[in-house]
Amino acid sequence: MLEHYLNLAVKAVFVENMALAFFLGMCSFLAVSRKVSTSVGLGVAVTVVLAITVPLNNLILHNLLVKGALSWLHPELAEVDLSFLSFLTFIATIAAVVQVVEMALDRYLPALYNALGVFLPLIAVNCAILGACLFMMERNYNMTESVVYGIGSGIGWLLAIAGLAAIREKLKFHNIPSGLRGLGISFIITGLMAIAFMAFAGIQL
Amino acid sequence: MLRKFLDRQAPLFGEGGRFARLYPLYEAIDTFLYTPGDRTNRASFVRDAADLKRLMITVVIALVPAILFGVYNVGHQAALALSQPGIVATSWQAQMLAWLNVPLADPDDILACFVHGLAYYLPILLVTFIVGGVWEVLFAVVRRHEVNEGFLVTGMLLPLIVPPTIPLWQVALAISFGVVIAKEIFGGVGYNIFNPALAARAFLFFAYPGQISGNAPWVAVDGWSTATPTALFKEQGLAAMGADIGLGSATWMESFWGFVPGSIGETSFVAIALGALLLLVTGVASWRIMLGVLIGTLGMSLLFNAAGSTTNPMMSLPFHWHIVIGGWAFGTVFMATDPVTAPFSQTGRLLYGLLIGVMVMVVRVLNPAYPEGMMLSILMANLFGPLIDYYVVQAHKKKRMARYVA
Repeated sequence: MLEHYLNLAVKAVFVENMALAFFLGMCSFLAVSRKVSTSVGLGVAVTVVLAITVPLNNLILHNLLVKGALSWLHPELAEVDLSFLSFLTFIATIAAVVQVVEMALDRYLPALYNALGVFLPLIAVNCAILGACLFMMERNYNMTESVVYGIGSGIGWLLAIAGLAAIREKLKFHNIPSGLRGLGISFIITGLMAIAFMAFAGIQL
Repeated sequence: MLRKFLDRQAPLFGEGGRFARLYPLYEAIDTFLYTPGDRTNRASFVRDAADLKRLMITVVIALVPAILFGVYNVGHQAALALSQPGIVATSWQAQMLAWLNVPLADPDDILACFVHGLAYYLPILLVTFIVGGVWEVLFAVVRRHEVNEGFLVTGMLLPLIVPPTIPLWQVALAISFGVVIAKEIFGGVGYNIFNPALAARAFLFFAYPGQISGNAPWVAVDGWSTATPTALFKEQGLAAMGADIGLGSATWMESFWGFVPGSIGETSFVAIALGALLLLVTGVASWRIMLGVLIGTLGMSLLFNAAGSTTNPMMSLPFHWHIVIGGWAFGTVFMATDPVTAPFSQTGRLLYGLLIGVMVMVVRVLNPAYPEGMMLSILMANLFGPLIDYYVVQAHKKKRMARYVA
């Protein structure tokens, strides 16, 4: 059993890395990767949001949305299938959780809150988070699996953005062709990073 | 006389000269032949005969044993295959050699084997240098910097890590990818994040998996296919080693000396160790990185041996096998120690080596898709090199702060 969860965690962190295998969450991945400290902060925030939203959405999905989930209300509702609402509900949950995280950061870590600026509310529309929730639904994860998957994919994204930020900090002193400075070279680095991460493709514990 | 000739050409390439745009080319030829005459005229300079050019030349000299042995081994492996009944060489290289009356099917004839290998190695080397050199000069001319000798090492490394049967157009594509995407657009030599030769190899690996994934034919004879020892082990376990695997047998000693099929320069542990000795004595390569890789591999192999498995034979492969098969030795000595793509801090280098050692074992043992993991694990470590440096520096700062503030 433990092996199963370990396998899932390794898969979420390395094999199916959100940023480098699925290219999800690219907007903040490319925009907030200028400094290592900020990007690690954002990575931690994303990890926290993922760790809360994926299991939360799992609860909502299995207790309210899927076919037959509402039968506890009334036997006639057993036929109702609300899973077409999952997109909307997932996004609403994510937005709410992000709001809470934002308020918590503002209260306890004002420096990080200021450094993240507009990107904190933007986590609400970070595709990595909605992506993880939808993968959870598609692959039928149970409660424990979604906790492991949420944390794992968050850590994977954190690793990727921290690596990119360290490379970009180093690039400040490089003589890069003017047309490629900034975003252009970041895209190329992301591509090369993805090649390196393909080392993991196919690993099975 | 040569000096005079060069000096006479100088005005042509100088400021306002007819070929002013081609100055990098002139500069490259000049400093290749003579020590540069420039001196720093401000503070902070080091007086040392070992400039970048000498460092790079040292690496190239260290590569010589691996190259010589590799070239011989290509011919030797091909001759072994050809001495089997019913196998006929049809490649253009073999036809050329037959026309020159070189005996192809005699594995005991050292000179013939060497020439046979050379017929495969030289075209690859030539294509690498011509195509890579054109890119290098093009960038130097357009971006007005000097042609840099870093390319010399990249160009020497790439032919050694490809299989001898690789089509030449793939070599051209790969070196273009390596030089342009992995190096020049990051600012040229000294600024690349990823090792250009490895990036080129990874490009080939993912773009043309059919030819060079490591379990395809790697012997320079058409119609003869044999798996590399690493791929074979993956399928059959330790029983395959020492048993007959088509072309001779792969005992530990044979892998150690290098008489096995594989990429051109990677097969012989001994030849590579000779190069490693030179690099370590001259201090060109970091011993911390090599030590890190060694410890990482040793630790992980012991762990896997202890864990054991009934379904995965790689789990039980002992440490002394791991370091003689595949690209382990070549990667550790010549790829991982690249001073540009490795971290700059000493502690960081040790950590970087460890990461490579652990990763290579993870990919080799746990990943059924790839038989070999050295290339990708070094690329992976390249990617985290700056991050390792960042945290080593942060930790160092914290220590110093604690010492002085308290």
